[in-house]
Amino acid sequence: MIHLDSVDLAAIWLTLKLATVTTALLLAIGTPIAWWLARTRSRLKGPIGAVVALPLVLPPTVLGFYLLVAMGPNGFVGQFTQALGLGTLPFTFAGLVVASVFYSMPFVVQPLQNAFEAIGERPLEAAATLRAGPWDTFFSVVLPLARPGFVTASILGFAHTVGEFGVVLMIGGNIPGKTRVVSVQIYDHVEAMEYAQAHGLAGGMLVFSFLVLLVLYSRKGARAWK
Amino acid sequence: MEMSVSGAVPVAPARRIAARFRVSWPGFTLDVDLDLPGRGVTALFGHSGSGKTTLLRCIAGLQRGDEARLAFGDETWEDRRRGVFVPTHRRPIGYVFQEASLFAHLSVADNLAYGQKRVAPAERRVSLAAAVELLGIGPLLGRMPESLSGGERQRVGIARALATSPRLLLMDEPLAALDLKRKGEILPYLERLHDELDIPVLYVSHAPDEVARLADHVVLFDAGRVVAQGGLMETLARLDLPTAFTEDAGVVIEAVVGEHDEAYHLTRLDFPGGHVLVARRPEAPGHRLRFRVHARDVSLATTRIEGSSITNLLPATVREVAAADTPAHVLVRLDAGGTPLVARITRRSCDQLGVAVGRPMWGQIKAVALLG
Repeated sequence: MIHLDSVDLAAIWLTLKLATVTTALLLAIGTPIAWWLARTRSRLKGPIGAVVALPLVLPPTVLGFYLLVAMGPNGFVGQFTQALGLGTLPFTFAGLVVASVFYSMPFVVQPLQNAFEAIGERPLEAAATLRAGPWDTFFSVVLPLARPGFVTASILGFAHTVGEFGVVLMIGGNIPGKTRVVSVQIYDHVEAMEYAQAHGLAGGMLVFSFLVLLVLYSRKGARAWK
Repeated sequence: MEMSVSGAVPVAPARRIAARFRVSWPGFTLDVDLDLPGRGVTALFGHSGSGKTTLLRCIAGLQRGDEARLAFGDETWEDRRRGVFVPTHRRPIGYVFQEASLFAHLSVADNLAYGQKRVAPAERRVSLAAAVELLGIGPLLGRMPESLSGGERQRVGIARALATSPRLLLMDEPLAALDLKRKGEILPYLERLHDELDIPVLYVSHAPDEVARLADHVVLFDAGRVVAQGGLMETLARLDLPTAFTEDAGVVIEAVVGEHDEAYHLTRLDFPGGHVLVARRPEAPGHRLRFRVHARDVSLATTRIEGSSITNLLPATVREVAAADTPAHVLVRLDAGGTPLVARITRRSCDQLGVAVGRPMWGQIKAVALLG
């Protein structure tokens, strides 16, 4: 029998909130980056693409460590946030969001970039000959044609954020209701030998992840996202 | 038919299109300085890779040139030296791509409306209804592009371009991606466009029959340069064109359906300087028709030959003799009472018959290719 207490529920709620905020931010930030990567002929395309993809291969602890240093009281991000009177970001929800944005970036940017590249030059040229300016074309032609890419990007960005552990632990620590997400809560239950509660959450994550991937791979015309 | 472009609207004076472009990339240079008529259909004709599509893209603003100057009437659209560049979406053009390039996420009706609703109401001279009627796509309006045949898609593409009320219509081989049957399905619509709308058209093609059928004016391209331009009939009758064009030399003659000979199932086509008999045509007397006479289908005789199965004989005067694509042949341009004729005969025959400029001859037409 699944047994969840109020701390577990808070962790679930916090995880969903984190994933939602992160996904929304990633779509806003990732769209222009993906568009630029898909269209540019700049020599910076390679380096920027590589930076975006780094979280795919880096251990989350490495990413978390550098983010922690940067956002700490002596880091350049930390100095900046302190100057703004915001204090420092580590061990706050905002800090988790910033870290998650970096961590899940490739999972949003790459499907979007693929979708934009698949559209090709022709629909953009056709729109221009039909009096649509660049912004108009982006909203009336590119966004609708790239819709499957946006769906994939949102699902992957959300799911990947839900599944993070190492970065959260490095940046957010383990503050109940504030930075303690489901993956950390499971770890705590196991540490405390509370296997029944660990099962409840772990089973939930398993089902959730499976359903997400099921949706992704069963969509009509689904392509491998990478 | 009710067209919103009609004789009641004062016809604007024809604008010339002045286009100077130089575009180069490894292995290719387009270098042209053209003054094109802003009226009727001008064919940009040449083999693939000769630069005609590149020029069309330059005129649309889809391609930038190393040197670029473009004026439509007294409006400057582009002048590299002065830093003037009107972006594509601000040029009053319509563009028809080789593949229709419809928006896959929009229905036919929404594709048509896409351009039209972006044009200020005061500048809409071609109504959606008129464009739909002209291209015969009424029954397709609710369909999605993916469910259309190639020919249907191209008709929608043309209507979509027309619905923006362009002041210049650019067409890049609109029939090239279609098979012969689909081509035949679209050509009549293109002819209607020509006859019913007063929009100048630049039409890129490498198909001589299409050009002969549709164009009023022709610009011949070879290896990124313009080798000849002028009225269709005069230009095609020129003998000083590069071999690439003389291989397929011939003339286009515009004729009027004279009368039908029901007994023999023939139709007489009249034109200045004579007539020809062809297999019975469906058109009524008075209908205008163009036909092509290939130079290889014209033979010459010094007298009117009797007792021959060739019925189409025209008296004509030799105007020019020039080298043909092989050393064994010559091309002879004749004037048949106002209608040009080109014959491709062997050099031997030329000498034996004594073909010389100013000499009256008989042209024997073995075959004509009717266009339309």
